[in-house]
Amino acid sequence: MDKEIAVKTEGLVKKFDTMTVLDGVDIEIYKGETFVIMGGSGCGKSTLLRHMISTMKPDRGKVFLLGKEITGLGEDELDKIKKKIGMSFQGSALFDSMTVGENVSLPLREHTKLADSVIEIVVKMKLELVGLRGFENLMPSQLSGGMKKRVGLARAIVMDPEIVFYDEPTSGLDPIVAGVIDKLIIDLSKKLSITTVVVTHDMGSVFRIADRIAMLYEGKVVEVGTKDEIKNSKNGIVKQFISGNPDGPIRFFKQKDDYLEQLIK
Amino acid sequence: MIGAYAISTAQHAKKVLGLFFDTVYWIIVGPAKGKFAKRASIFEQMVFIGVRSVIIVFFVAFFTGIVIAMQSAYQLAQLGGTIYVAAMVSVTMARELGPVLTALVVAGRIGAAITAELGTMKVSEQIEALDVLALNPVRFLVVPRFLALLIMLPCLTVMSDLVGMVGGFLVGVYNLGLNPYRYIDVSFEFLVWRDIWTGVLKSVVFAITIAIIGCYMGLNTTGGAEGVGKYTTLSVVTSFILIVLFDCILTGVFYFSNM
Repeated sequence: MDKEIAVKTEGLVKKFDTMTVLDGVDIEIYKGETFVIMGGSGCGKSTLLRHMISTMKPDRGKVFLLGKEITGLGEDELDKIKKKIGMSFQGSALFDSMTVGENVSLPLREHTKLADSVIEIVVKMKLELVGLRGFENLMPSQLSGGMKKRVGLARAIVMDPEIVFYDEPTSGLDPIVAGVIDKLIIDLSKKLSITTVVVTHDMGSVFRIADRIAMLYEGKVVEVGTKDEIKNSKNGIVKQFISGNPDGPIRFFKQKDDYLEQLIK
Repeated sequence: MIGAYAISTAQHAKKVLGLFFDTVYWIIVGPAKGKFAKRASIFEQMVFIGVRSVIIVFFVAFFTGIVIAMQSAYQLAQLGGTIYVAAMVSVTMARELGPVLTALVVAGRIGAAITAELGTMKVSEQIEALDVLALNPVRFLVVPRFLALLIMLPCLTVMSDLVGMVGGFLVGVYNLGLNPYRYIDVSFEFLVWRDIWTGVLKSVVFAITIAIIGCYMGLNTTGGAEGVGKYTTLSVVTSFILIVLFDCILTGVFYFSNM
């Protein structure tokens, strides 16, 4: 039986000036799975994520979310789909002028007609899920980086989304907090049976949380597979990335050829 | 080089106009869709923009009134018409200096604050977060600031007209020795409704300018903390130039149409 597809991209191309960041990306993410997009810095993985959440428009290609093509949708239609997705940002992106409680409750207040008392209960439940119940009245500036990420996560899941996207969920966190966040991602995806899409280059995290993994390199998907398939990959790029070996097909110095010419110019 | 600069300016102007129409769209169509800006956030902005600007507008207008009175007394004394200082102060404040100086003060204080706040939100992904939460940033952030400025700047302008006249009155009565009743009479004899509403109309145009430029610069900020500083400066400079430019155009229109 074919698995149902939650997110799909078809021939996605994005250029910034002359630089091609995405060069024909085709990805299929199934409902209920935890899908990790990994790749080096600047390989286009955050840009790819931004196309999936429709905050960026592709130059060419299509993005499907929950069966609907979103690249050409009007604002009202797009809003309907956005209410079914959640996003946890790299820098948590909490609204500075609002308390933790207000941040988490904002989508409910804006998109539902729930009574204040109900909203309060939902907020408490979501904060409990991320281990931060009782922090409702603090301002984001009073929280640590890991706590902010967890509040951002509570806000992302407050509308009970079908898909949650994570942009570098463990970057800049100590290993214990990173482990806590990873566990949270696994728990949420299993408990709430959410489709999870994670963009990261933290290899420890990748193998802890992923059902399937895609490796992005120079704007192209070089390999997609399960954890074991990726671990035992024969692809030189994937092997080098997993091992962190400085020598290999992934070039760190991009312009070797004209080095001498540039020196004496 | 000049061509490229002209093209980029034209592109920005088009986007600024786009933001303006988008804002007007949300003000008009938003309530019909049940998606209007929150009343609480409009009032919050009105307090920040209006009430908190009262003191600085008061001082600027008060001292400007004093200065106009002294400068015009110096000239009018040679013609033997010192009493017309009253008319000079009231008409100048209402038609020109009230709206323009208030707008410049508010552009420096509020325009900068708007750009810095929205710019910081932009570089820390908060604007994108609003977008993903299906909350339109124009409706959520621009509309309350736009409406608050549209309501409060004309109020501040009328206040500044009155305060300027008080400043002039003090010079007229205590320095020039003019009869206070006569001073007030002459003030209002020469001040007609036209002078007041043209001034208020100017302040409405300035309010739109400050709000849209401040928000546009904020929403387009790039380059981290340095970018926020850069765009805030750019916002104030652009607002200043546009305020003076629109003042010139409007004064021209009023002058040539005998208003």
